[in-house]
Amino acid sequence: MADVVLEVKDLKTYLFLASGVVKAVDGVSFGIERGKTLGIVGESGSGKSMTASSIMRLLPKKIGKVVEGEINFNGKDVLTFNSKELLEFRGKDVVLISQDPMTSLDPVFKVGAQMVEMIRAHQDISVEEAKALSIESLKKVGIPNPESRMNSYPYELSGGMCQRVIIAMAITAQPKLVIADEPTTALDVTVQAQVLNLLKEMQQNLDTSIMLITHNLGIVWEMCDDVMVMYAGKTVEYTSAKELYSEALHPYTWGLLESIPKLSHESKSELTTIPGTPPDLRLTGEACNFHNRCPYAIPICSEKVPELLEIKEGHFVACHRQTKESTLARGEEFGDV
Amino acid sequence: MVKMILQRLIQIIPTLLVVVTITFVLTRLIPGNPAAAVLGPQASVEEIERMEEEMGLNDSLGKQYVDYLKNIVKGDFGKSYSYNIPVMDLITERIPNTLLISLTSLVLAILISIPLGIVSAIKQYSAFDYIAMVLALVGVSMPIFWLGLMLVLVFSVNLGWLPSLGMGSMNNGLWDVVSHMILPVACLATIPTATFTRITRSSMLEVVNNDFIKSLRARGLKERVIIYKHALKNALPPVITVIGLQLAAAFTGAILTETIFSWPGMGTLITGAIENRDYMLVQGAVLITAMAFVFVNLAVDLLYMVINPKVNYESKGGGA
Ligand SMILES: Nc1ncnc2c1ncn2[C@@H]1O[C@H](COP(=O)(O)OP(=O)(O)OP(=O)(O)O)[C@@H](O)[C@H]1O
Ligand code: SF4
Ligand SMILES: [Mg+2]
Repeated sequence: MADVVLEVKDLKTYLFLASGVVKAVDGVSFGIERGKTLGIVGESGSGKSMTASSIMRLLPKKIGKVVEGEINFNGKDVLTFNSKELLEFRGKDVVLISQDPMTSLDPVFKVGAQMVEMIRAHQDISVEEAKALSIESLKKVGIPNPESRMNSYPYELSGGMCQRVIIAMAITAQPKLVIADEPTTALDVTVQAQVLNLLKEMQQNLDTSIMLITHNLGIVWEMCDDVMVMYAGKTVEYTSAKELYSEALHPYTWGLLESIPKLSHESKSELTTIPGTPPDLRLTGEACNFHNRCPYAIPICSEKVPELLEIKEGHFVACHRQTKESTLARGEEFGDV
Repeated sequence: MVKMILQRLIQIIPTLLVVVTITFVLTRLIPGNPAAAVLGPQASVEEIERMEEEMGLNDSLGKQYVDYLKNIVKGDFGKSYSYNIPVMDLITERIPNTLLISLTSLVLAILISIPLGIVSAIKQYSAFDYIAMVLALVGVSMPIFWLGLMLVLVFSVNLGWLPSLGMGSMNNGLWDVVSHMILPVACLATIPTATFTRITRSSMLEVVNNDFIKSLRARGLKERVIIYKHALKNALPPVITVIGLQLAAAFTGAILTETIFSWPGMGTLITGAIENRDYMLVQGAVLITAMAFVFVNLAVDLLYMVINPKVNYESKGGGA
């Protein structure tokens, strides 16, 4: 049996707004093994961040709720954690790295003070020891003059530097799981690769698992062992990164593959997006959420939710046109759109 | 930082010059003859003329102004006509009394309002929040004079619990002074308490919705630390600005309040001086008060810089 660090089963997270109930995460299951990386991809609004927030138990107060499902971390049910257990879980077992590094640090406290504070919240060591640990960690992520950087305020650092600080903080925690929610989206292209390398390095050194949320399939091929493709709160495809690279099966994934920016051409006009917009998550019901944008849609697509089925070993797809009996090849036909 | 303080100190000089000039002109515009006011209604014309000569009132206004400025630079604020002692002596005697009630009320306001504002913010839309906000609204819109009279009516006249006039004396024990302080302090503290509560609440609400607060939670910090250390420090700058403004307003309030409660402070000193046409005393008292304002403002700005490092940074970058 592989060592599963995180296991999410049939997670449903809804947002109860005045205008209706948003099914932000609608029955999602996945697992991450020790030292492995799971990528979660999908367009904006597909529920990736809400999945992460559900795991961290940091859903928007009052409106966000996990209505169903299980989140097991090292065999313990995160959803039953009391506030004390949560404090230990967050920042020690699991570390969150979010999209905008500038807003991940408190703007009015020095970098060093924040690192020391986090370390001392979880480890019973002196301020001096925590400082030494912070400096050592800043060194590891390649920050020049770490001693003096400890005295910098976040606004004195670039976005890339901030993200390094966040990773350095993560390293001091020696977490079992890192949830990285689009960790490089806000950064310059040149810095992106460095940050991803740091994550990889950390993973190798600490045997950490990573849940990597991204828009960018290119990053998935680089970083991930497994991939889950999400659309409108649901998993549409779930398999290994290798398999997805060589044989994606869901029409939505095909759309995403076509929208990978072609960096070699340097021209932004190369970026194509999937035509149409995602559905209103308050109104999803008995249909494939993708049916109004899918070139392969058939009548049943607007009548029944497709189940997530294991089409090939370790390759799950939720599409009426992809079954064990009959499969659809990419670009095979174009429906009457 | 040192450079900035020096710059500000130099900027204070013209401000004070303007204050001196305006009070000088305004006091001369008060109708009535100071010499006559000093001597009382029985004085003869000759006596009044001799007094005018002695007080320098027969010199040209220009000469009076220049003489006054010269003396101020030497630290001499002149002599009060009505008390017949140096203005500075009167002021140094009265200032502590005013500071006693204005600072007590301000400290009290801060101690009450900041926790109240924080709790209102973190319990937004709760019954607690609702009641606190209604009270705060009533508090800011309360006319201070009316409030003072009502306090006297209820606690001194009707209930007879507290004295309404004067400041008592330490010779009769601490309670004598404290009991005399309660009503004026309550009167003075009302508006600042209400104002600070509202600004703390709104500033906290803004900060708490920032992304970095979620990041702090994700680090496994205690909620108490997140709210009272991180969120509060971020929320403080507007609160400090308002406290600074209220420090200035506390003085205006003190003049009214001291009059209502006959509190022997700068307020009653100035109103009395105006009634007696005591030019030197009015000028001196107003100037000292203005100086106090200016230095308080400077102190607030410095505090602001310590709390919000970015202000410091921007002023460095801006050069000016
Ligand atoms: N605080 C909120 N209040 C109301 N709706 C929200 C809130 N946060 C998220 N949502 C909604 O929940 C759904 C899922 O959002 P989520 O942030 O998980 O998307 P995402 O996949 O992370 O998108 P992105 O790539 O843009 O980060 C969206 O429809 C979004 O509009
Ligand atoms: S179920 Fe139908 S609409 Fe949905 S992806 Fe498959 S073919 Fe397209
Ligand atoms: Mg997101």
